[in-house]
Amino acid sequence: MIVRLLDIAHARSGDKGDTANIGLIALRPEFYPILVKEVTADRVKAHFNGVCHGLVERFELRNLMALNFLLHNSLGGGGTLSLRTDAQAKTFSAALLRMEVEVPDELGDVIEGRPRGGG
Amino acid sequence: MSARAECARIAAGQGFWGDWLEAPVLQVEAGPIDYLVMDYLAEVTMSILQKQRNRDASQGYARDFVPLIGRILGTCIDRGIRVIANAGGVNPLSCRDAVFDVAAAAGLAGRARVGVITGDDLLERIDELLAAGIELRNMETGEPLESVRGRIRSANAYIGAAPIIEALKDGADVVIAGRTTDTALTYAPMMFEHGWAPDDWDKLAAGVVAGHINECGAQATGGNTGVDWRAIDYSEIGYPIIESFADGEFVVTKHDKLGGRVTVATVAEQLLYEMGDPSEYITPDCVADFRTIQLEQEAPDRVRVHGVRGSSATDQLKVSVSYLAGYKALGRMAYSWPDALEKARAADRTIRGRIERMDLRFDEIHTEYFGAGACHGPLAGPLGDDLPEVELRIGVKHSNDRAAVERFTREIAGLILAGPPTATGFGGGRPRVQEMVAYWPALIPKFQVQTRVEVEVVP
Repeated sequence: MIVRLLDIAHARSGDKGDTANIGLIALRPEFYPILVKEVTADRVKAHFNGVCHGLVERFELRNLMALNFLLHNSLGGGGTLSLRTDAQAKTFSAALLRMEVEVPDELGDVIEGRPRGGG
Repeated sequence: MSARAECARIAAGQGFWGDWLEAPVLQVEAGPIDYLVMDYLAEVTMSILQKQRNRDASQGYARDFVPLIGRILGTCIDRGIRVIANAGGVNPLSCRDAVFDVAAAAGLAGRARVGVITGDDLLERIDELLAAGIELRNMETGEPLESVRGRIRSANAYIGAAPIIEALKDGADVVIAGRTTDTALTYAPMMFEHGWAPDDWDKLAAGVVAGHINECGAQATGGNTGVDWRAIDYSEIGYPIIESFADGEFVVTKHDKLGGRVTVATVAEQLLYEMGDPSEYITPDCVADFRTIQLEQEAPDRVRVHGVRGSSATDQLKVSVSYLAGYKALGRMAYSWPDALEKARAADRTIRGRIERMDLRFDEIHTEYFGAGACHGPLAGPLGDDLPEVELRIGVKHSNDRAAVERFTREIAGLILAGPPTATGFGGGRPRVQEMVAYWPALIPKFQVQTRVEVEVVP
């Protein structure tokens, strides 16, 4: 079935210059392999099409059941150089949680959010 | 070993200059702690402080710190709580003098020792360093600093734990630093209390992790958390407290009687905040591997942190140079139902048309519709056509033509009577031209930066 990342993960984001840093954390251990498989650097780059104009790097932190993403060239120059409302990437966490991913049907019982489509 | 040295309680009081003023007072008064540490400095803060110092030679530090010390120092002295803060900004000595005054006024003359750390400020040394062949090339672009030499506003090295430890050894009740790394404010007292060697990399890395958890205040105790935020009492939120043990393990907690929450989720979120590459989190004193951190909920509002591994420090310090990069201005105008978004879009076309006819040139013109996807842009998906109101936000910037940006600021008010209907929300007056200050990250060999520590009794 298809769910939003919001239903299986939480996130925190911030900036380093013109780069957005988004940490994505599985809400339960059984969701972590889904994040690793589904939320690739390429998918994140495509998800932020029109926002991220540079490279997307992904780092795995199995110890925290988390992935960390660096989205380069994404903040209109960053810091005080940016004309964006969200110059510090504070809401990129929520933007990433909009992404829809495929999860095994048997996980439906432990997902608190409402599945979308397919389920 | 004393009971005190077995567990040192290090409480975070501020995550930036402008953070909640009552937080450090509550950390001191709502339960036992041994250290109160406060981070006041973001990159943008250094250039603002330098500007204040240029206007008035006695300024250039985080002024909030002084009245705070006036409120809490008596209690801190009575309870043996020591305060460490990078409130000194670009003028630690003037900050120290102001602290002397407020401490004396609180009746603490002769009773409190204040330490001050200098040597991180490189602004006056740029020519000397360049002449010595230290190029301070931009870490990201490789350009030599020479290309922005005439526009430099501030230049500071990020210094580590050693001078803080020296001040603590010298009996300082208050330690005032300039551009220390945020994390050193927390791990310096851990090293001091437990007597960790400067090459005990795993323990230092544990301290760095504790510092990263403390450095953004309540972001580790429920602030900004995405998990069950409705259940959190933010009104009197408790800031984090690190209970540090000699073997490098520590517990993240908060005062029981305050709000907020300490869970594996809230701590993990803060660990990921601005983390960068987790395999090498670089500080002046060691390189920590964030992939080794283990978190465990040992009790309600208590998260145990263990397993942290680190490796040797590099032989360089990071330098943050700020320089004037141009001018910008942001205009705003709100439109109400009906057709709020359509009206805001028409207003945007109006402004852009006027800019074009006046032949004003900018490096960038950026438009957002606040209330209709300003934060998430194209990711926000389809918008309803019945929005109650939308705010047009249109910004311009130019690398040197201040006059063009100034002229732009006069165009927004023209929409009030001479644009689409229901224009409102202009009470703030016309936009201000703002200087854009950019950052130039660079590296400097450690031996080039000599810090100096002075600890004196309040006169």
